[in-house]
Amino acid sequence: MDNGNAEVKIPAGGKKIVLAGNPNVGKSVFFNALTGLYMDVSNYPGTTLDMACGRYNGDVVIDTPGVYGVSSFNEEEEITRDIILAADLVVNVIDAVHLERDLFLTLQIIDMGIPMVVALNMVDEAMREGLKINTALLEKLLGVPVVPTAVVHNTGIEELKSKIYFARTGHAETSLLKKIENSNIPTSRAEALLVLEGDPVVSRRYCVQPGTGREEIYRARLDRANRILNLVVMETHRGTDFTARLGRLMLRPWTGFPLLLLALWIIYEVVGVVLAQVIVPVTEEFMIGYYEPAVRFLLDAVLPQDSVVSALLAGRFGLLTFTITYMLGLLLPLVFGIFLVLSILEDSGYLPRIATLVDRALGVMGLNGQAIIPLILGFGCVTMAIISTRMLRTDRERRIAIFLLALGVPCSAQMAIIMAILAVLGGFYLLFYFFFVFCVLVAAGTLLGRFLPGGTSPLLIELPPLRLPGPKNVWKKAWLKSYQFMKEAFPLFAGGALLLSILEVTGLLQGLRNFLVPITVTWLHLPAEIADVFIMGLIRKEFGAASILVLQMLPLQKLVVMITLTLTVPCLASTMIILKERGWREGLLIWSAVLALAFLIGGVVTRLLEAFSTAGSLQSSPLLFGVMILGLAATLVLARLCPSGKAI
Amino acid sequence: MTLDKARKGQVIRITKICNELIRVQAIRFGLSEGEVITCQEIVPAGPVVVSRNKQEIAIGRSLARNIQVELC
Repeated sequence: MDNGNAEVKIPAGGKKIVLAGNPNVGKSVFFNALTGLYMDVSNYPGTTLDMACGRYNGDVVIDTPGVYGVSSFNEEEEITRDIILAADLVVNVIDAVHLERDLFLTLQIIDMGIPMVVALNMVDEAMREGLKINTALLEKLLGVPVVPTAVVHNTGIEELKSKIYFARTGHAETSLLKKIENSNIPTSRAEALLVLEGDPVVSRRYCVQPGTGREEIYRARLDRANRILNLVVMETHRGTDFTARLGRLMLRPWTGFPLLLLALWIIYEVVGVVLAQVIVPVTEEFMIGYYEPAVRFLLDAVLPQDSVVSALLAGRFGLLTFTITYMLGLLLPLVFGIFLVLSILEDSGYLPRIATLVDRALGVMGLNGQAIIPLILGFGCVTMAIISTRMLRTDRERRIAIFLLALGVPCSAQMAIIMAILAVLGGFYLLFYFFFVFCVLVAAGTLLGRFLPGGTSPLLIELPPLRLPGPKNVWKKAWLKSYQFMKEAFPLFAGGALLLSILEVTGLLQGLRNFLVPITVTWLHLPAEIADVFIMGLIRKEFGAASILVLQMLPLQKLVVMITLTLTVPCLASTMIILKERGWREGLLIWSAVLALAFLIGGVVTRLLEAFSTAGSLQSSPLLFGVMILGLAATLVLARLCPSGKAI
Repeated sequence: MTLDKARKGQVIRITKICNELIRVQAIRFGLSEGEVITCQEIVPAGPVVVSRNKQEIAIGRSLARNIQVELC
């Protein structure tokens, strides 16, 4: 099935069972229960690269991204739409606490005439919130089997499995059925309905004009959902107020920002201190103390000590020593920690509240609050974050978000190195690094927001209830993402190490270093060997950073390198995705601009820092921060003063 | 009045959503013309958070200016 950008391959044989539902309802747990596979179709659109397919009873189970309706508002919906159209039966997972929202999709699928079973999930939470749902009546009104489940506690899954093959087509809206009949569109009821609802893509497939009655149809459907809701749900008492109150506190600036800072501080403590300074030294020591000598011992028995192969395998950038030590001893624990944090943020429902809090602030950069989500996801993996910018509604916003991601958001691998290098030097260096990169991002965003033509789409998001993330789910998610991340990194990293080893052995490396001296030594005041870092940084950012660990440098120089490396172009994978998302021309433009900016700013930072330090060590100076804040303020004011014809 | 002028705790009915594209997307959230919602929170110079039953939705300030509401 070709969908333009994305191609969905569905394995042949057996019935196609499609899992559909709103975001955040627990579809992926059902997928796991049916197929035994764990694939994370995340809460945020655009964060999955493949559609999840598995087998159950000889049939194919397909998971879909969470959507609010079947239509073509964004890429997620287009993919889901096509999958649902191809389905033999649908398992619609709905949230018992939010029937008012979820029933829209349910009714739409019923109107489409696709056989369906409804999994009424989170009944335990509904009970806690004081909601009583008449499941039997709901089943009667909808015309499809309804199975109450609490998938987090494993309840109801067996019952669902027993009811799956009893999926029925349900009671569609009769006036709508008549409309479909009268329209005489030569295709299935489902597709005819989509045409009536004005879906441009489906209409094009059958060479008909898209209908104009979408709003009317939607309104009627919503009315029907409300009627069902009133009949089926009874509120027996008010639910717990604590999470609601906490949620409010997160939104109000006076409490929200301190809470955010607190959250960031906790994250720093967990990742930057506990992981980077306690756990990693232990894992590293194990690798360097036991693993590497063992490898060298074995190699010496087989190969002559000075051979080229020996150098490639166990030399400075040795495939078996450096690469493995680095990946398992340093990278893995830190990357896992960061994904753990991100999974907790995602599952807790905090992210949309952060988006609401910072909506106004992001408006300055031509973005709305939603853009904070890709930016935060970028701390996990920039490649993934770039894909998730699809959730932003206008092209302009996507452009700005991608530029910012490419310029200054350090992915978990980079964060791993940053923690390893800078945290050890002292909190001040770390603070300066983050603050400086933050200022650069804000300045760049502001300038882009001011000078790129176009408007910003307004914020319109749902705030899911705050909940304590299930530890098992979070752990699995983090582990899965880390594993995929490392799997992607390893061949590139190994290839890069091999390349560097070859360059070194052949003497070409020295030649390259000399060539880059005007930049590295003259402009950035760094040792010439640092060229290795930037060259390797083109392939995998953290690979470049790993080399820093072996070089002798002053604390100040380390800071400059980290800043410049963070600002420069993202890793190969991200670069490819940017070229794919924005096209060759724009992609290359972004790439070159980021590269140039990174080194330009690097040189400026060098001089700035040198003015405030003695003998290569930074003096803790509030004056330094003062200068940065002034610079940032100047940029913001300048941007404001420039005449702009765009209205917000 | 427009939604951005609403005050915290007010129960209001949506009378008109001016932007067509937003109107359609909002319907799927359950925010359509005629719906009764409660204004939960106003973020200073920022979004308006409204609730319908147990559902909470954040609406950007510029959008809120284009939504007509009336007190219930």
